[in-house]
Amino acid sequence: MKFSKLFLVVGSAVVGLASQSSAQQLSGAGASFPAPLYQRWGVEFNKLQPAVQVNYQSVGSGAGVKNFTAGVVDFGASDAAMSDAEIAKVPKGVVMIPATAGEIVYTYNLPGVTGLNLSREAMAGIYLGTVTKWNDPVIAKANPGAKLPDLPIQVAYRSDGSGTTYVFTQHLSAISKDFNDKIGTDKSVTFPVGVGGKGNEGVTALVKQSPGTVGYVEYGYAKGNGLAMANLENKSGKFVTPGVENGAATLANVKLPENLRIWPVDPEGASDYPIVSFTWLLLYKKYDDAAKLKALKDFVAYGLTTGQGFSEELGYIPLPAPVVEKAQAALATVQ
Amino acid sequence: MSEQDPKSRAIAEIRLGPDLFHLLCWVASAAAVATLGLIIYEIVSGAWPAMQKFGLGFLTSSSWVPNRENFGIFPFIIGTAASSFIAILFALPLGLAIAIFLSENFLPLPVRQVVRFVVEMLAAIPSVVYGLWGIFVVIPLMKIFGAWAVSTFHGVPVLETLFAPPAYGNSMLTASIVLALMILPTLTAISRNSLTAVPGTLREGAYALGATRWEAILGVILPTAAPGVVAATILALGRAMGETMAVAMLIGNSSRLSWSLLSPGGTLAGLLANQFGEAEGMQVNSLMFAALILVVITLFVNLLGEAVLRYTQNQTAGIR
Repeated sequence: MKFSKLFLVVGSAVVGLASQSSAQQLSGAGASFPAPLYQRWGVEFNKLQPAVQVNYQSVGSGAGVKNFTAGVVDFGASDAAMSDAEIAKVPKGVVMIPATAGEIVYTYNLPGVTGLNLSREAMAGIYLGTVTKWNDPVIAKANPGAKLPDLPIQVAYRSDGSGTTYVFTQHLSAISKDFNDKIGTDKSVTFPVGVGGKGNEGVTALVKQSPGTVGYVEYGYAKGNGLAMANLENKSGKFVTPGVENGAATLANVKLPENLRIWPVDPEGASDYPIVSFTWLLLYKKYDDAAKLKALKDFVAYGLTTGQGFSEELGYIPLPAPVVEKAQAALATVQ
Repeated sequence: MSEQDPKSRAIAEIRLGPDLFHLLCWVASAAAVATLGLIIYEIVSGAWPAMQKFGLGFLTSSSWVPNRENFGIFPFIIGTAASSFIAILFALPLGLAIAIFLSENFLPLPVRQVVRFVVEMLAAIPSVVYGLWGIFVVIPLMKIFGAWAVSTFHGVPVLETLFAPPAYGNSMLTASIVLALMILPTLTAISRNSLTAVPGTLREGAYALGATRWEAILGVILPTAAPGVVAATILALGRAMGETMAVAMLIGNSSRLSWSLLSPGGTLAGLLANQFGEAEGMQVNSLMFAALILVVITLFVNLLGEAVLRYTQNQTAGIR
């Protein structure tokens, strides 16, 4: 009796799965940074086209590229796009579509100090271990009138490999020769000072728990957790507050190349926030399944248009119109 | 099909239940062994390029710089050994005390059962929960302790080096304390088993000779159970070395070597958990190499623990 019951349960589960598979499933995997946004797109898009279900797994950019190259997902996503060598390994060809963008902020815990300004020298010096006190002249110079305490600077960094670290170290390498020589750019680097926290939440915990700590996290994360964010000096010498408006200013000045892969490493505009990066959706050039192709194109087109409306509340920067146009043109080449 | 047909008789002789079961068991145990072999093969083949490139220097070099293709795991080996050792230092006295308490009749049996159950339940708490608990409870306490220790031990030889400023919350000490709690159930359960396995006749003999309970515990029961306690300690050490998530969340993940317990450190398991997801090229090979070293260390420690446990059982078999 019990067995027959079990069969019934298993049987109905199988039937349930079968009936689900008649709907169009889109599976994606990749970067964790844009995951909340892509998942939101999936939910909202499902309301418009109930037959299409989007399943995005935030496994990290590296794993996303691996899965995409191996062909086990319908689309990938990466904060670091794909290198030419990586693209060469995908026989079906690759179309990279910038889908959204984010900022990386210096977050700090310094009781009594708000609106901290960090010069380019201070930004690099803190992570090089050459600026060690909060009242160091390098920091004080940019903050006239602020009461900076005589407190050692505790540095927090991401201990796990991440696109955030990549974009962050890329910018510091661009603005400081010392940083470039001693540390360099990568998803995980070895800083000479500080404590590593696992993930944005790990760094956030480090910063929140100890007065005097500075760390780098994604803007959306800092905003959601109500962390203090420093104004950063950009190439034109202005101190810029992190936020959607200044991030959009940076993106508007970016000249996209043919393959849409570019980083505004050291933006020049007066109101440009200095550490901004796109994040990309990775599609194949050719899809064999026509129904799947249509669903996927509809989904990405939705993300590039209506989907951008969710960016701000989730802490992302909406793509400027010229970028959306180029992204749509690239999407049209997918067959 | 006549009854004389030898083939059909042979088929009839196969007893479906027991023989099938025998076969299933055989396949299952072979699969378990094959899995371990396959895992080691996969790790070695993944690690091979790094083994060729770095050789034994991989174990002694202390720079781990992924973007310069410079890999050495000395700080992580030290971190793994140190954090596990300090954890044992905390967990052994506590675990042994609990084990003695649970194996003696200080309290009525039902109460002891409850205590034993609660201690063993500690093993059921997921690692990540220990990590979160560490971040929100242990780290704030350790910051207070760290500040106190730095000012108190200033000028005291040895202690001054072990508790050198700056005092971080995410430190070797924090990770070790949480680790100690995580290995407590292993230590307690196996120690208690070996204590209760001490023959009642020995205990009664000690009492008959006029020993107090205290003398009986320290002079007779503990020495008899000692090899079992050693085995428990070694198995707990193995568990501490392989522990990943909680340690990665608490130790600070730094590859800088420091004598100070209040400084951040790193462990092999933590390194793997942190960097594997986004690693590419030679970094993957080097992480595989690090994984191989970790597997070798933990396998060795576990085998040692098993061997001591076997030895004990053989030794005490005579007096039971």
